[in-house]
Amino acid sequence: MKFGVVVFPGSNCDADTLYAFREVMGQPAVSLWHKDHDLAGVDCVVLPGGFSYGDYLRSGAIARFSPLMRDVREFADKGGLVLGICNGFQVLLELGLLPGAMLRNKHLKFLCRPVTLRVENDRTRFTRRARKERLLSIPIAHFDGNYYAPPETLREIEDRGQVAFRYVDADGRATPEANVNGSLNNIAGLVNARGNVLGMMPHPERAAERLLGSEDGRVIFESMISTL
Amino acid sequence: MIDQRILDTHNLTRGEFDLIVSLIGREPNLTEIGVFSAMWSEHCSYKSSKIYLKGLPTRGRAVVQGPGENAGIIDIGGGKVIVFKIESHNHPSFIEPFQGAATGVGGILRDIFTMGARPIALLDSLRFGPLESPRNRSIMEGVVSGISSYGNSIGVPTVGGEVYFGENYALNPLVNVFCLGLADKDKIFYAKAEGIGNAVLYVGSKTGRDGIHGATMASAEFGKETEHKRPNVQVGDPFKEKLLVEACLEVMDRGVIVGIQDMGAAGLTCSTAEMPAKSGTGLEIDLDLVPQREEGMTPYEILLSESQERMLIVARPDKVAEVREIFSKWDLDAVEIGRVIEGDRMKVRFHGQVVVDVPVSAVVDLCPMYRRPVAEPAPLEPRNVRPVPSPGDLAAVFRKLLGSPTIASKEWVFRQYDHMVQTNTVLLPGADAAVLRIKGTTRALAVSLDGNSLYAQLDPKTGAAIAVAEACRNLACVGARPVGVTNCLNFGSPEKPGVMAQFKAAIDGITEACLAFEIPVTGGNVSFYNDTEGASIYPTPVLGVVGLIEDVGRVVTPGFKGEGDAVVLLGRMTPELGGSEYLKVAHGREDGLPPAINLAGERAVQETCLEAAEAGMLASAHDLSEGGLAVAAAECAFAAPGRLGCRLELEGGIRADALLFGEAQSRILVTVEPALLPALLDLAAKRGVAASRIGTIGGHRIRIAVAGAVPVDLPVEEARTIWSGAIPAYFEAKES
Repeated sequence: MKFGVVVFPGSNCDADTLYAFREVMGQPAVSLWHKDHDLAGVDCVVLPGGFSYGDYLRSGAIARFSPLMRDVREFADKGGLVLGICNGFQVLLELGLLPGAMLRNKHLKFLCRPVTLRVENDRTRFTRRARKERLLSIPIAHFDGNYYAPPETLREIEDRGQVAFRYVDADGRATPEANVNGSLNNIAGLVNARGNVLGMMPHPERAAERLLGSEDGRVIFESMISTL
Repeated sequence: MIDQRILDTHNLTRGEFDLIVSLIGREPNLTEIGVFSAMWSEHCSYKSSKIYLKGLPTRGRAVVQGPGENAGIIDIGGGKVIVFKIESHNHPSFIEPFQGAATGVGGILRDIFTMGARPIALLDSLRFGPLESPRNRSIMEGVVSGISSYGNSIGVPTVGGEVYFGENYALNPLVNVFCLGLADKDKIFYAKAEGIGNAVLYVGSKTGRDGIHGATMASAEFGKETEHKRPNVQVGDPFKEKLLVEACLEVMDRGVIVGIQDMGAAGLTCSTAEMPAKSGTGLEIDLDLVPQREEGMTPYEILLSESQERMLIVARPDKVAEVREIFSKWDLDAVEIGRVIEGDRMKVRFHGQVVVDVPVSAVVDLCPMYRRPVAEPAPLEPRNVRPVPSPGDLAAVFRKLLGSPTIASKEWVFRQYDHMVQTNTVLLPGADAAVLRIKGTTRALAVSLDGNSLYAQLDPKTGAAIAVAEACRNLACVGARPVGVTNCLNFGSPEKPGVMAQFKAAIDGITEACLAFEIPVTGGNVSFYNDTEGASIYPTPVLGVVGLIEDVGRVVTPGFKGEGDAVVLLGRMTPELGGSEYLKVAHGREDGLPPAINLAGERAVQETCLEAAEAGMLASAHDLSEGGLAVAAAECAFAAPGRLGCRLELEGGIRADALLFGEAQSRILVTVEPALLPALLDLAAKRGVAASRIGTIGGHRIRIAVAGAVPVDLPVEEARTIWSGAIPAYFEAKES
């Protein structure tokens, strides 16, 4: 499976994500320049974390206008696999590929720490290797991760099982205390209705090696790899 | 006509002015006065410190670049070098905490990538006034968010550092920023302006009126009117700098430039003067070509602006197009503003007129160096001159210490920093040292920043030596061997003989310690004039030591590991109470003498720890510092999985408070599986290091018995709550 990691000006997890796919997962992976119109024949597009365009104006708001994003939208519309991590998730929201928006974290501070996620749906192409209810320890690092959607959208998301991950405590309960950034329904990751686009605030590429403290992020990559 | 008022506003003395006149052979105009005042400021010229800095040991087999460049460089083998430096941004951070700290980060990053290295880690050494004061809280909050905003955005992890609190920093907080970079040995770049006729290119942000005379501001004391100086503080744009990093590293990688220099303190003036100075050439620039973001700027303003995120590049004329192309890929302009010329000239044009025409050497090299009056060192207090009464309730003291902000958990600070980006961070902040693996190898780098200013206030030489020793000890605890040192020397006004005495003694202490550990100083920064309303800060030498770990699989962490492991204290218990956090917290005293340090003994302890770590014997290791043995044991329990506790038994002979909380140096608390205990004790004995088993890991309490009594016995969870809640409690009202 060939992965393509999009580089926007201000992306800063692009190299980490490439490293995770290439060196840790042993998959072919290339970087895709945001000004191009070329997806280089990849099977999966990854929008990495970082501060595209400095996150000025609003996180992800400028990156969505990059030339390559037209190709990414077409790719997604055709059922291509798209993963947005952190800033990549924010870009997907701005693009309208996923519903909702991000607000500032509830304590109005940047937050970098490991969190516990609960797998809510194990039938997506991003989670099929993880049993439902499995707990994953994966770090977050963001200022704008407080997920918001209007009530009827939120109901739809929940009814269709689009929530991929929730923030939970060590015992797997989605409590208000475990909801680190104040997201509605503790939502940490979300797929689109079709199930081919995932946005998640936690960074699986930072949880792919034991040396760095957790390998729980690998199950997401393994799930994706297993779909092709 | 240059009058006394102009000289005063430029911090130039009459003598310095007369020297300028004789060097350029005429009276300088106002723009030239601006140029000289910035370059001859304490901040840029090191005129009061240079004669002492020369005494620091700077040589070593692996040193590629010592002091004098943007940063120091050490060869770590395998074709790789590390590039690192620490710098202060104290004054700007007091006036405008957020931008002051943010641009401090931006500045040190430029020092590193200017040399061809990719920045891989940031650390900060911070000092604030007590958190009881809303103003101090607001300064701390601003500084932390400034660091967070810049470092997180640019994608360089902030992996550690230190935070101290003391009344003497209330009106003069310290923000020292350290950056480590990694480069290929054959791709190091310098601030060279070689090749007559070569093009001078300006890249990065446009020039505005911000930060004019920042260097001069950093070279004077503060009075009550600091608010007016806010416009002198620069404004940072981390996004622009991120583009600059990528574009600069790309032009360097493609080999299309001759030399490069960032525009930091003294802005365009500094780079225009320093680049030719290093190459024996001259430089000619035209200010009309400099990209400007404001209208009607004078040549004085353009030359002295400290607008951020700007670099000066020298390239061969036939390579200019390629340089431009790379910068334009990153949406940055590269504008040709001048060329390298023959002769010792710095020539600046504006609207067709020559507005600066002075010898480069006069600006860069001929600033007068001062041997300022040095007071006789104040006689040191005799050891323990004032008796310390024994506190009745040692358990209460223990709780109080855990909740003292200097000792308490700094998680509130470092969780605001992205400490994981670049996926190299092996040890998270809070460990003895930050550890970063080097991708593609089995090796890792470790960094520690240390400095205890109360020690330095009570005895500058010992305090400075301890800072070096403790930084190295922290490295030893994670299993890293020190390879190089950088220092940030924060002092009061050099015009006060007492301050110069402290400075001189501190340099002596650093020198002795570096010689004892055989590590070279590769550079650093001196920050004088940390005086507000006449009062100087405690002398605060902050040492940054970088170490190397050959096998990243052998990294040792502070957390207790296994039930039943033996707890061993490496080093000797001696009764030391002077300058301790215990004395301050429990008795409200900042007196006595700092703990004594025997450098040879210290090194033997560290070598023992290193050897045991490299042999894979150690389950955990943690150094003893503020709060002594009791606090160190508690910290090991906090870092353990499942709140694992310990049962320690200390022999008497020394008063209980000194045993528990004293800060005797050269001590490391390690744990080993019981089967490995004899081997560890053997190892220590061979090096003549005192080592004794003082207890066992187990249970969920921190229990310390002293000569039959049990003064400390607290559930780990309860102790942890005090320790982790202390700093957030000061900010919580706002956050809930």
